[in-house]
Amino acid sequence: MIAAIPDGATVLVGGFGVPGTPFTLLNELARQGQRDLVLVKNDANEAGMGIDHLIRNGQVRKLIVTHLGLNANAIAAMNSGALEVEFCAQGILAERIRAGGAGLGAILTDIGIDTELANGKQMVEMNGRAMLVEPALRADVALIHAAIADPFGNLAFAATARNFNPLMAMAAQRVIAEAEAVVPLGGLVPDAVETTGAFVDHIVEIKNLSQEYGIVRR
Amino acid sequence: MSDARSRMVARAAQEIAPGMVVNLGIGLPTQVVNHLPADFPVCLHSENGLTGIGPSLPDDKADRNLIDAGGAYVSTIPGSAFFDSAVSFALVRSGRLDLTLLGAFEVASNGDLANWKIPGKFSPGAGGAIELAQKARRVVVMTTHCDRKGNPKLLEACTLPLTARGRVARIYTDMAVMDVTPDGFALRELAKGVSVAELRAATGAPVAIAHSDIATF
Repeated sequence: MIAAIPDGATVLVGGFGVPGTPFTLLNELARQGQRDLVLVKNDANEAGMGIDHLIRNGQVRKLIVTHLGLNANAIAAMNSGALEVEFCAQGILAERIRAGGAGLGAILTDIGIDTELANGKQMVEMNGRAMLVEPALRADVALIHAAIADPFGNLAFAATARNFNPLMAMAAQRVIAEAEAVVPLGGLVPDAVETTGAFVDHIVEIKNLSQEYGIVRR
Repeated sequence: MSDARSRMVARAAQEIAPGMVVNLGIGLPTQVVNHLPADFPVCLHSENGLTGIGPSLPDDKADRNLIDAGGAYVSTIPGSAFFDSAVSFALVRSGRLDLTLLGAFEVASNGDLANWKIPGKFSPGAGGAIELAQKARRVVVMTTHCDRKGNPKLLEACTLPLTARGRVARIYTDMAVMDVTPDGFALRELAKGVSVAELRAATGAPVAIAHSDIATF
């Protein structure tokens, strides 16, 4: 499934810190080596983990992100010009992805007015208030981490590992979800499903959780 | 932590009233919870999708899927809820967040806040700070009064890129409690042992003093 990702693809990557990051899918993308990728993720993980492998390999042309303060390698790549970075306010990134998933073209918001984040953005007046036009984000591929999946692709998430995952699972042409457990059809009661399998194209069961999924000792 | 700083944290904890929904920024603001009584009825919000943040847990007790926005392993309490990142910021932008306590690089006497970027030195991205500062119903800053070089952080105008314009209502520092009023900074309380003259010398904008008997903390 990862082999279907071409060079130059735009890829949504779930996760906020470790929880919800699809490390297994990312490691396979790093192994295969697709280049010129545009990644969309809340953060840049930490050095040596997750999307940092892709950044170190030079596979990432551009990163759309809200914060990368925990990854000194990503900051160095940004400062040297090797990595193009677009910063987005966290909730606005979520809404741009949700809008993309909902078939909308853009959202209007006053978040970021009076800040650098407004630079170069179209402004409109709506109900007498100035608003920025924030374009919807839709991608070629979404890489999702779920706690439980069923064969239809229904997904359930754990604790703060949901974060961007349910939003990104709606907003790509090809949605690939890794899951810590895949249960038979009917094994997830409908009330437990947060993402309907109608959005999900591929399921990968993670047989053994690698060390990256574990507790980060600081 | 210096004595004045821990008294500042304890004093700032009085901002939190029963029943509030509150977001605490990374660093000093997070420590405010240590000064709330056990079972104090407050709902703490974390940007990564949690209301009802419970106590931090050591590594051997931690749930790998349960962190706060600063990456600390936390727990749930009776009444906690999880939600996705869109819901998390819907809560912030729609006015459901009663209070946020934030750190600062600079605060201006008109309430402008700069706390996310130092061009050429520090530009990790703002995360959720812009939405918190622009939309929380009350924005309170906790900061050392001066930076590490001794330069004032409270100024007539911010020199660094803004996080939000005109939103800071109150500032807690290791020297004073000050409000932002239409006329600029107004002194409310002084840290023990700090004189008005010392405070004014360490502040990069005029400080109004409404009356002569200023309380200390």
